[in-house]
Amino acid sequence: MIELTRRYGFPAAHILRDASLSEAENQATYGKCANPNGHGHNYEVEVTLTGPIDARTGRIVSPDLLDRIFEERVGSRFARKLLNDDAAFRDRVPTAENIAIAIHETLADEVARRSSAEVVRVKIVETRHNSCISGELA
Amino acid sequence: MVRITRAIDFSASLRYARPELSADENAALFGSRARHHGHNYRLEVTLRGEPDPRTGMVLNLKDLQQILDDEIMARFDHRDLNLDTPYFEKDPPSPENLARVIRRILVAALPDGMLDRIRLQQDPDLWVDVIEPEP
Repeated sequence: MIELTRRYGFPAAHILRDASLSEAENQATYGKCANPNGHGHNYEVEVTLTGPIDARTGRIVSPDLLDRIFEERVGSRFARKLLNDDAAFRDRVPTAENIAIAIHETLADEVARRSSAEVVRVKIVETRHNSCISGELA
Repeated sequence: MVRITRAIDFSASLRYARPELSADENAALFGSRARHHGHNYRLEVTLRGEPDPRTGMVLNLKDLQQILDDEIMARFDHRDLNLDTPYFEKDPPSPENLARVIRRILVAALPDGMLDRIRLQQDPDLWVDVIEPEP
């Protein structure tokens, strides 16, 4: 099996807070991440794809196409934004887990539509101390 | 069963080109990658197996390094992938194609069934993994 991984990044703010919970419950669940004024991270995103290698170009996917898809679906949407404002997080808290799932979903759709490759996993590195992978490991 | 990984770095130049295409056609197909450029590649080689009960090693790292020096560094380090190696006369030296060439070389050079996977990193933001079994 052959996989291609490309690494991107974006800086963004978020607030871990569930509107259906009380202040005390939010504090108990999310701790300092529940700060209502927000906080932020330099998110790193590793996008891993598999698929047939195009015999002419030698590529699983054109990196230029992947870069455009990432910018359209993730970069322009999340960079220097408050993630809680995005429709993807209207009904889910923007934890690293939910960010990984949301980015995996949106990239999987668009990559499948515009190439013969498949997004097998998305890894979000939120800080040097925590990361999250959506999808199966090889 | 355990997996051990050894990493090496090599630097090489390359151009994406198909011989049947003109210079303009190659530039249209491959963009700036059709120009002569280069990368600092990093190769991680992961072996799998049971440690030898006497030495405690799957493969002596000294022997693995010798294989990597003879088979990979000697072929690719400070070389031009198109002009100094026989692998890219027809196919462009994409990281996918280069990783498959390296994988074939290592399968032939290593003890049977010992190669688990390789990771070929072209730059900090792009890499290819080839995971056994690979057809």
